[in-house]
Amino acid sequence: MSFVNTLLNGHEGGLKHEGLTPMQKIALRFVVLGVLYYGLAALEGMMMRVVEITPVAAIDDSHFFSIMTVHPMVGIFGSTYMIVFGAFLFLVPYFMKKPIFSLKMANASWMLIGGGTFIMWLAGFLFSYAPLYTLYWPLPVDLAQFKIVGGLFYVVGVALIMVGTFLYSYNVFKTIMYTPEGWDKQPSMELFKDAIGFTGLINFFKRRKTEHIVDLPVAAISRGTIDVGLNAVVITAAGVLLLIYMFGTMFGVTMEKTWVDALLYKNIFWWGLDLIADGLVLIFVAGTWYILAMMITGKDLFMKHVARAALFVEMVVSWTVWSHHLMSDQGQSNVLKVLSGEMVTALELVTQGLAVYITLVTLAKARPLKMTNELKFLLGGLLGFMLAVPAGIIQADLGMNRVLHNTQWIIGSHVHVAILVGLTMTLYAAVYLLLPILTNGAKLWSQKLATAHFWLHLTGGIGMGSFMGMAGIDGMLRRSIYVDGEYSTYMMLAGICGAMLLLAFALFLFNIVMTFGVKGLIGIYSPAKTDTSDCVPALQEA
Amino acid sequence: MADSIDVLATLKLVYGIYVFIALSLIAWFAYRVTKPRDDDAGAKPAIFWTYVVVLALVGTGLHFLTFAKVPWVPIDLKRAGIEPSAVFDITYENHEMSFSSYPMQVGCGEHVVFNAISNDLTYGFGIFRTDHTMVAQMQVVPQSRNDLMWQFGKNGTYYVRSTEYSGPKGARMIAKDAIVVTGCDEDDVRAAALGGQP
Repeated sequence: MSFVNTLLNGHEGGLKHEGLTPMQKIALRFVVLGVLYYGLAALEGMMMRVVEITPVAAIDDSHFFSIMTVHPMVGIFGSTYMIVFGAFLFLVPYFMKKPIFSLKMANASWMLIGGGTFIMWLAGFLFSYAPLYTLYWPLPVDLAQFKIVGGLFYVVGVALIMVGTFLYSYNVFKTIMYTPEGWDKQPSMELFKDAIGFTGLINFFKRRKTEHIVDLPVAAISRGTIDVGLNAVVITAAGVLLLIYMFGTMFGVTMEKTWVDALLYKNIFWWGLDLIADGLVLIFVAGTWYILAMMITGKDLFMKHVARAALFVEMVVSWTVWSHHLMSDQGQSNVLKVLSGEMVTALELVTQGLAVYITLVTLAKARPLKMTNELKFLLGGLLGFMLAVPAGIIQADLGMNRVLHNTQWIIGSHVHVAILVGLTMTLYAAVYLLLPILTNGAKLWSQKLATAHFWLHLTGGIGMGSFMGMAGIDGMLRRSIYVDGEYSTYMMLAGICGAMLLLAFALFLFNIVMTFGVKGLIGIYSPAKTDTSDCVPALQEA
Repeated sequence: MADSIDVLATLKLVYGIYVFIALSLIAWFAYRVTKPRDDDAGAKPAIFWTYVVVLALVGTGLHFLTFAKVPWVPIDLKRAGIEPSAVFDITYENHEMSFSSYPMQVGCGEHVVFNAISNDLTYGFGIFRTDHTMVAQMQVVPQSRNDLMWQFGKNGTYYVRSTEYSGPKGARMIAKDAIVVTGCDEDDVRAAALGGQP
């Protein structure tokens, strides 16, 4: 088969989108858009890497910081949210063997999050709106530095993302709790309690265990979904506040910025933002590891009752952990810094360590296993969090934070290793595992490219995070510009690793395009031809 | 007295060793998981619960260790009972820093307070050596208390830089030679020697 033919029609017939169920199409729509947004975030990251090596005339300070503003938003919402939500909207009904509550709502979710991300990105691209994702008060409404239209684009974009997120959260819980037409009445409250891990926690202390009615993977998904919903409430509230000030300025109403207490705002904002870091990243990742381990081995999870109880503990942890972001704020009380910032954060080492151990033992008990793409990426994901979580615990210490806060250590050794190696490799594992299920058996075009993707991504991710971390230890700040080559050696090495990451993504994307074919990829976004509420075609299920 | 160079060098060493161990462990696991099963060592509940206890001890133990070994932690937590020998005011407004005295002269081993006030945005206050390694930093939040008590143990001249993003205009807020420490037996070889021995 010629190259052009494969490019257009895919490998061995490619993706036959006509046979996909509406659920398969929705999941693929989320994932494909999420993968493309990952590419955008990677490109933005590489642009910043270049500027960190040497100043570039085409990227001035304003441009640099507008890239820095949209880069994490595109990465988290445009890419991670999309891939995770797509996978989970498919997996919840798949595991529960019941139809999703609303296909329309699921379709609206990907459109709103995808469209909202684009509008938010335009705020940076067209108007250089650059208050960073932290939005520290009152920077987002400092209209001496930023154009009001940029702020409006940003808030509208984020608002659409949040609406899509609310719809996702509602759809997940409704799917778990509702009674489909023709079914016996479902015990909604019992399903809810089991889904959030409450039943698991009570069982942990009971001799006679209550039987679980929600599978562990679904419990993990719904547990993280609670935090995603709460985070959306906080971000939406911040957006409303920004709009009030922007409209006030537009209509000539004097609004003192001191009406909002900057430290209180920072506490509330970080409380919400940490629900992503802990709700989405840690809990969703742990849940995804469990799903992957069970699907790869075909066996039950090791210590599954502990894993369930840990999910509820993680909820308490993620709701009370935010103060580690305010350890360098002298106005923050020492009690909060020590209890919330240090001690509760230390519990994350326990909860995430448990998830690593449970996943590894589940895999080990099923050996010998074939080193498939999903298994090797899963191990990469586990490694990422084994490196990044201790780095986070270290910086959440009163002594270490005084010399690490806002340095490249935070964003390199902790954040980028967690996201690029831990989270992204876990998501790649899920993509490789779900590929045949979501596509009714499409065959990967090149295993060599998949292997190259793995090694380039793993080496690039760990390398980039490490060199950034070393620069941070030597004092390099994360939100500043250096023009005199102060850290050029570290930054050149980090840049090489960044290029490896970008190349890894390009190989992955090319492999997927050749696997599905351009026609197949476009077909994902056409209306489904089969009218079924099943996740996969009945024949495949059988 | 340990300074940030000592603390961060220890971090680099300890974390470097840990990274090597984690990489080796996963590589070993990846090799073993493809081989036939011979034992269930990791699956024993006693090992599992020992592992959980070790995680909890390591996670919380770090904070007790730094409280005992890192000099600025007890100063931070017990500062209400420490009388500073000097208080330096630094005012932030319109992406500029102004100092109550410049340079700020500090005697060796004295407890001094850097009191930063922002009249508009959130900034940062960071003390750096001339090789750009960080001595210490804090956030400077408007309407909030931003006062850092510090004790220097080496002679040197340090610059101050805003460590928090305050918009593109604040990307290079630097005050050169802002702090001069004198009177110590030892020089900070990484800081400019304007202070030095008296």
